[in-house]
Amino acid sequence: MVTLTLLQALTDGMKTAMRKDESVLVFGEDVGKRGGVFLTTEGLQEEFSKQRCFDTPLSEDGIVGAAIGMAMNGMRPVAEIQFQDFIFPAFDQIVSEAAKLRYRSGGQYTCPLVIRTPYGGGIRGGLYHSQSGEAYFCHTPGLKVVIPSTPHDAKGLLIAAIEDPDPVLFLEPKALYRSVKGEVPEEHYTVDLSTLREVQSGSDVTVFCYGAMVPIVTKAANRAEENGIKTCVVDLRTLLPLDEEGVLEFAKKTGRVVVVHEAPRFCGFGAEISALIAENAIEYMEAPIARVTGFDTPFPNTLEHHYMPDDRRVLDAIEHVFNY
Amino acid sequence: MTATLSITRQILDPAGKLCGTDPELSPEFLKELFVHMLRVRAVDERMLKLQRAGRIGFVGSMFGLEAAMIGSAAALEPQDWLWSGLREGGAALMRGLPLSEYIAQMYGNGSDTAKGRQMCNHQQHVGTHYPSWSSVIGTQIPHGVGAAYASKLRNENAVHAIYFGDGATSSNGFHSGMNFAGVWNAPAVFMCVDNGWAISVPSGHQTAGTYVSRGDAYGMEAHEVDGNDVLATFEAARLLVERARTENKPALLVIKTYRMAGHSSSDDPTRYRDQAEVDRWAAQDPLDRFETYLSSAGLLEQGGRERIYSELIAEIDDESNRQERAPKMPLRSLVDDVYADVPLHLRRQYNRFLEVSKRLGDAQPGDGAFPL
Ligand SMILES: Cc1ncc(C[n+]2csc(CCOP(=O)(O)OP(=O)(O)O)c2C)c(N)n1
Ligand SMILES: [Mg+2]
Repeated sequence: MVTLTLLQALTDGMKTAMRKDESVLVFGEDVGKRGGVFLTTEGLQEEFSKQRCFDTPLSEDGIVGAAIGMAMNGMRPVAEIQFQDFIFPAFDQIVSEAAKLRYRSGGQYTCPLVIRTPYGGGIRGGLYHSQSGEAYFCHTPGLKVVIPSTPHDAKGLLIAAIEDPDPVLFLEPKALYRSVKGEVPEEHYTVDLSTLREVQSGSDVTVFCYGAMVPIVTKAANRAEENGIKTCVVDLRTLLPLDEEGVLEFAKKTGRVVVVHEAPRFCGFGAEISALIAENAIEYMEAPIARVTGFDTPFPNTLEHHYMPDDRRVLDAIEHVFNY
Repeated sequence: MTATLSITRQILDPAGKLCGTDPELSPEFLKELFVHMLRVRAVDERMLKLQRAGRIGFVGSMFGLEAAMIGSAAALEPQDWLWSGLREGGAALMRGLPLSEYIAQMYGNGSDTAKGRQMCNHQQHVGTHYPSWSSVIGTQIPHGVGAAYASKLRNENAVHAIYFGDGATSSNGFHSGMNFAGVWNAPAVFMCVDNGWAISVPSGHQTAGTYVSRGDAYGMEAHEVDGNDVLATFEAARLLVERARTENKPALLVIKTYRMAGHSSSDDPTRYRDQAEVDRWAAQDPLDRFETYLSSAGLLEQGGRERIYSELIAEIDDESNRQERAPKMPLRSLVDDVYADVPLHLRRQYNRFLEVSKRLGDAQPGDGAFPL
């Protein structure tokens, strides 16, 4: 075991996958000599040469489109989109092509690729360096959507994504890149792509969350505990395919549920969790399901700390469902 | 398509000596150009200082690009539009964006016309046709073309100068924009500011061809100019802008220059480029070059540059102090401007948020709830 930041764990995950499999390639804007604008790919070009880690021209459409072709012809591309906000030029390639290739070819063609991209707010990046676009992609059958929140999961999920036979969108909570540290095995390992993780147990209220919201929710849960509300925190880790059994099990345990994400509320991932529980476990519910989310507005800049759920707003919701 | 206009790459050599045809501009105009260029440098220096002091969040530097942006934008008339790629704030100031609004945007305070919604450097100014721009590279290019086509239909006699970097030439927006402008004969001039780098990617790695050859590919006249030579840049832009105006002919101008600073205040360029290259370009500094020329032409007295520069700095510092004290944006601005009216679901969302905020002590007077 070594202690790594989430960012270092991602770098380690890529290196581990590249050492194991020659067909793994890493490319995108500024990932080569500079090592990525966040330095996630630092050292890759030195270790694996310019053939396997390289800069591309400034075109997300080109990056993802070419990644699809590489994957169709035997490679395992790991394409970086510098900020999730800049993924939309590639939306067509992701949604119309990568996600549908297996289906439209009756399984004759596939494109096992990973698109890594930092998402989320909290860095004063304004509306184009802060967004959480997971819902757009979760609405796309054929994709997998993964979001780690710990260094251990970051490495294990990334390797699992690279080795997965299908296209995976790997969203990295940039706010946690350097702020969380944890123990990470030095060797190759994977974390299963469709299992949630219980962050802490509790019998009164269950809070579902993922990515950068996990530490915030955990903080709120600890404050709730001080007030005598035993709060269970669940990190979904993979949004698609979702661990539905796990969600229902944890929802039933407490009968009081809060869902937290920083993305806008309307048609956000919280809606899916709420519907799943309403359809399958409503008889267990002791209170309406509460959502703590970003506003249904574009992401602001100077007021971002009001837009993003913080531990106080999460605590407020926990108390609300508990006292209902 | 072959170029028909006679455009020279250089008028001032790197030492500031006349090497091309003297465009015979008036002394007043030449001096104004110099002040505008100096203002770009001064704003840059002061904003970086504020950023380092933690007063503002971020700065995308214009250092080294003073002649490129001022020379090219000086060719525009008041009715013309300037579509920013990302570093044209200095040109916008020259065309009438008030310094107060420029700095208010950097603070994202209550005086910012964009209500603190955009990250630093994303200024706008309706009055001088400097539209709000997004950080998404290349998206403004087809916007400029569409607006240019509209200007043509509406007989506005307006030219649209569309700025973008070398990196942006790889974006979808560049190719569709150039293509549409060619097909539509839109009065647009594509200002490709080739400053050597797209963050850490050298401009020679964006394409296996040349930037200037893209003009041919899309059926429009294209020229390359020394972007550290303000006179050559102005002359080239003037000819292309006038041609676009009188004949509805789009054109591409590749303005060759150099990004002297990092990509932004968050970038460390020593990770990916050699100091020797930076030094080579420093020796061709656009301000030094123009200063030499003006001095030798008797248009700038000894110590003139320093005097003007310190006046500009004083003006900027003054304004920064004022903006520092400006009130913040009210919480309610969180939900306006998403639509023309704040819809019911957002009013509800805000009111619920306000209840919690009041309990938490975040709300201020003026943050009042919406009637539902
Ligand atoms: C679509 C998109 N992809 C990536 C980025 C991140 N990014 C911001 S500026 C930049 C480089 C731009 O280079 P260039 O067009 O040459 O402009 P310069 O910064 O040199 O002025 C990149 C990659 C972005 N803003 N938008
Ligand atoms: Mg550039």
